[in-house]
Amino acid sequence: MEGLTLSEAEQRYYCDLFSYCDTESTKKVASNGRVLELFRAAQLPNDVVMQIMEQCGATRLGYFGRSQFYIALKLVAVAQSGLPLRVESLNTVKDLPLPRFVMTKNEQESRHTALYSSDADNSASYSGVIPPPPGRIQVKKGSVSHDAVQQRTSTDQQESTSPVVSPQQSPPTSPHTWRKHNRHPSGGNNERPLAGPGPFWAPFSEAQPGSSTSSDPIWSGHSPPPHQENWVSFADTPPTSALLAMHPASVQDQTTVRTVASATTTNEIRRQSSSYDDPWKITDEQRQYYVNQFKTIQPDLNGFIPGSAAKEFFTKSKLPILELSHIWELSDFDKDGALTLDEFCAAFHLVVARKNGYDLPQKLPESLMPKLIDLEDSTEVGEQTGEVGYSSSPAEAPPSKSPSMPSLNQTWPELNQSSEQWETFSERSSSSQTLTQFDSNIAPADPDTAIVHPVPIRMTPSKIHMQEMELKRTGSDHANPTSPLLVKPPELPEENKMSSSVKFTPGNTVTDGYSSSDSYTSDPEQIGGTVTRQRSHSGTSPDNTAPPPPPPRPHPSHSRSSSLDMNRSFSVTPGQQQAGVVAYPPAVPPRPQPSQGAGPHVHRPVDAEGLIAHTSTSPQQIPEQPNFADFSQFEAFAVSGVNKEEDDEIETHSEVLQVEKPPDSASSLRVAKADGRVEDKAPANVPTSAGKGTTPLAPPPKPIRRRLKSEDELRPEAEEHTQKTGVIAAVLASQPSIPRSVGKDKKAIQASIRRNKETNTVLARLNSELQQQLKDVLEERISLEVQLEQLRPFSHL
Amino acid sequence: MAVCIAVIAKENYPLYIRSVPTENELKFHYTVHTSLDVVDEKISAMGKALVDQRELYLGLLYPTEDYKVYGYVTNSRVKFVMVVDSSNTALRDNEIRSMFRKLHNSYTDIMCNPFYNPGDRIHSRAFDNMVNSMMMQVC
Repeated sequence: MEGLTLSEAEQRYYCDLFSYCDTESTKKVASNGRVLELFRAAQLPNDVVMQIMEQCGATRLGYFGRSQFYIALKLVAVAQSGLPLRVESLNTVKDLPLPRFVMTKNEQESRHTALYSSDADNSASYSGVIPPPPGRIQVKKGSVSHDAVQQRTSTDQQESTSPVVSPQQSPPTSPHTWRKHNRHPSGGNNERPLAGPGPFWAPFSEAQPGSSTSSDPIWSGHSPPPHQENWVSFADTPPTSALLAMHPASVQDQTTVRTVASATTTNEIRRQSSSYDDPWKITDEQRQYYVNQFKTIQPDLNGFIPGSAAKEFFTKSKLPILELSHIWELSDFDKDGALTLDEFCAAFHLVVARKNGYDLPQKLPESLMPKLIDLEDSTEVGEQTGEVGYSSSPAEAPPSKSPSMPSLNQTWPELNQSSEQWETFSERSSSSQTLTQFDSNIAPADPDTAIVHPVPIRMTPSKIHMQEMELKRTGSDHANPTSPLLVKPPELPEENKMSSSVKFTPGNTVTDGYSSSDSYTSDPEQIGGTVTRQRSHSGTSPDNTAPPPPPPRPHPSHSRSSSLDMNRSFSVTPGQQQAGVVAYPPAVPPRPQPSQGAGPHVHRPVDAEGLIAHTSTSPQQIPEQPNFADFSQFEAFAVSGVNKEEDDEIETHSEVLQVEKPPDSASSLRVAKADGRVEDKAPANVPTSAGKGTTPLAPPPKPIRRRLKSEDELRPEAEEHTQKTGVIAAVLASQPSIPRSVGKDKKAIQASIRRNKETNTVLARLNSELQQQLKDVLEERISLEVQLEQLRPFSHL
Repeated sequence: MAVCIAVIAKENYPLYIRSVPTENELKFHYTVHTSLDVVDEKISAMGKALVDQRELYLGLLYPTEDYKVYGYVTNSRVKFVMVVDSSNTALRDNEIRSMFRKLHNSYTDIMCNPFYNPGDRIHSRAFDNMVNSMMMQVC
C-alpha cells in the first residue's frame, strides 16, 4: 500500500470517521458494519465500493485497519469526484474534496435527539454549545473544524478541573464510539459502558455543580471540555454559527490560556493528537496554587514533604482515606514516602479532581508524572515540551505516507505512553519496584557477573537505595573476587588513608580493612566500603590465604622518586633483587615525603613520625659504621638478606601496594619491614621522639641497613608498614657506599648494635601504636558491620 | 503462578488474602491458616541470628498432594504465605524467592503510604496488580 498524504482537514475528518466506525473502540480496526454503512452513505455504486475495499487492502487483510480505512476514504473521495479509482491517484490528486457521506435519517435523528436531550439536561452550560450534528453532510470541514478546534483549544486551555471531566464525559452527542475514543485519560471511567449520550449527561451535570464549585468561571458558558475528535465530527455539521458564537466567548474567557498560540494549526493538531494528557494537565494557576501550598508545608521547593505532613494536609480535603491512599500511590512516584514538588502537585491535582467528582485514574496520567529532568517548575514545561514533541510528529504527519500517519494516530496513545516512559524513565527506574526488579534479575544470575556498581540505577538521590542495592547484591554474591578489585582502584586514593588496618593478605581483606575504617566520606566510597566490607566476609576465601607471588609492583604512580625506583626495582625483583637494591640510592632524600604525602591521614602522622625517627636513626647509625671489618661479610649478608627481604618485602609490598596509597607504599613497606624486624629483635622502648631530631638525614651507610635487614629478613613480616620503607630505602640506597665504608670492626659494630637496638625500640613502639590503631579500626569496622546487619534486612528485600 | 497469596500480620490475622477464584477459596484460607503454625515453628527455630534474606524466606512449609505452601517472614513478623499448585511443575526455588521479594517490595511500598495504617487491610491497587500478575491465570 503506498503512502497516503492527507491534508490536515482530511486527516481530521478521517480520524473522526474512523473513530465513528470504531465501534469496538479498538482504535485500530473499524468495524466492517460501520464501514460498509459509511460507504453506502457515500452513495457510490456497489462495485465501486468493492473496488475501493479491494484497493485499500481491506479485503486482503480482512478488516479495516486505520490505514486501510483512510485509503478507503480517500478512494471514496476520488470516486466521488469522478476520477478513476487508482491507488496511485491517491497521492497525485490534489485538492480532492473530502468524501461525502450521506447519513441516514435515522442516524441523524438519533444523534440530533441525543444532542438535544443532553442539552436539555445541561441547559446551563452546554445547550448553546453543542452543535447538533445531523450527520456528515457535505461538510466543508476545513473552516468549521478549524473553528471547532479553536474553540476546543481554548477550552482546553481553560482547564482547572474541568478538563478532568472531559475524558469521562465526552460531549454527549457523540456516539459512544467517539466517546470511547477519548476515554483514555480517565481510567475510572473506562469501565463505564458508554451506553448512550443521555446517561452521561447526568453524571456530567452532577459534575457540573462540582466543577462550578471549583470556582472556575471559565467553565460556565463554555463548550464541554475538549474532545478533539468529537468536536471535529460535530463540526461536520452546519451550526458553525453556534460554534462561532461560542468561539468569541471562549476566547474572551481564556484568561488562563497558556502561551500556546491558540488556533494555530500545530495547536489543533497537537490538541487532536495529544488528547490524552489534556484532561489532567495542570494550568498555570493551579500550579501556582499548588506550589504555594507546598511552600506552606515545606519552604524549600527542592525538598520533600514527609508522608505524615502530607497525610495531614490531604486529610483536610475530607476525602476517604482509601482514596487518599490511592492518590498517594499514584503520586508518590519514587515510592519514598515523601512528596517532591511535582509529586505534591500531582497529588493535589488528583485530590481536586476527585473532589469534583472525577474518578481517579488507574495509573498516573502522563501529565502529572514528575519529570526527572526538571523537577521544579517545569512539569508543565516538560509536558508542554512533551506535547510539542508529540505535535511535531503529527505536524509531520500530513506530508507523511498514509501508513505512517494512520499509524501515528493509532500509536498516539502508545507514543504518549512510551514518551512518558522515555521521559520518566529515570524516575521509573528509581522506584523501588524497578530497583528490586533489577536486583531480582541479577540476583539469581551468576554472582560473578553481577554488575559491580549500582550507582547509575537510581537517578533520584537516595543513599539508602544505593546501599540497598549494594547490600542486595553483595548479599547475593559472595566471594566476588573481581569486583572488589574493580571497586578498589577508584577508592584507593580515597581509602588509602586507612593504612593501619592493612593486613598483608592480598587484595580483598586489605581493602576491606581500608574501607571499613574509611568512614563515609562519600557515597561511592561508602558504597564501595559497603561492597568491600561485604566482600570482606568473602575475603577469607582461599584467594586471600595464599599470598600470591609478588605482582609487579603495580603502582607506577608513586610520587616519590624512591618509589619510582622501588617500582623499577620491584618489578625487576623476582630474579634480580640486587639490581633492585641498587636502585635504591635515590630513595634517601624523599624520606620525609611520607609524612607530607600522608597528610590527611590519621595514621600517617604517626607513621611519618616513625619514619622520620627511623630515618633519623638510620642515618645516625649509618655514618657511624663507615668501616666494618666484616663489611664484606655484611655485604654478603646484606645481599642475601636483601634478597630475602626483597622477597618478603615484595610480598607484603605487593599486598600493601594493592591497598595503600601508591606513593607511600613502596618505601613505607620497606621501612616497615626493616623496622618491624628490628623491633622484633629488641623490645626496647625507646621513645620515638628520642630518635627524631637527633640526626639529620644523611645517606645512610648501606652496611648497617643491610645488617638490619639480614637480621630482620629472617623474621617474616606481617603487619603494617607505612613509611618505614623509606628507611629501608635509604638503607638500600646506601648500598653502593658499602664498599666504601669498610671500617673499624668491633667498635663500629658495637656502636651499630646499640643504634640498632635503639632503632629497635623505636620501631617496636611504633609497631605497638600501629597495632593499637589497627585494633581500633577493626573494632570500628565490626561495629559498622553490625549496624549494617541490622539495617540490611529492611533494605535489601 | 501461585494459587493463593496471603499477607498475614504479626498477630496472625490476615491483611490481605487473594486466591484464584475458581476453586473453593475457603480451602485456601484454611490452608493458609494451618500453615501459620509451621511458620511460627520455623521462626522460633531460627533464633534471633543474622536476619538474612535467606532466613526471611522460609521455604516450603509443607506439601500436600495438590499443592505446596511456601512461607516468607519479614523482620516485623509480617508473613507472606503462598500456595502454589503442585501440578505447576518445577516452579523453582529461585522463582518463589523472587516472587516473595516482589511481594515484600510491594508491601514496603504500601507501608510508605502515609495513609496506610499498619494493621489495616491492604486495599492498594498497585499491590493488587502485582499480586494478580503472580497469580495463576486460570481463566
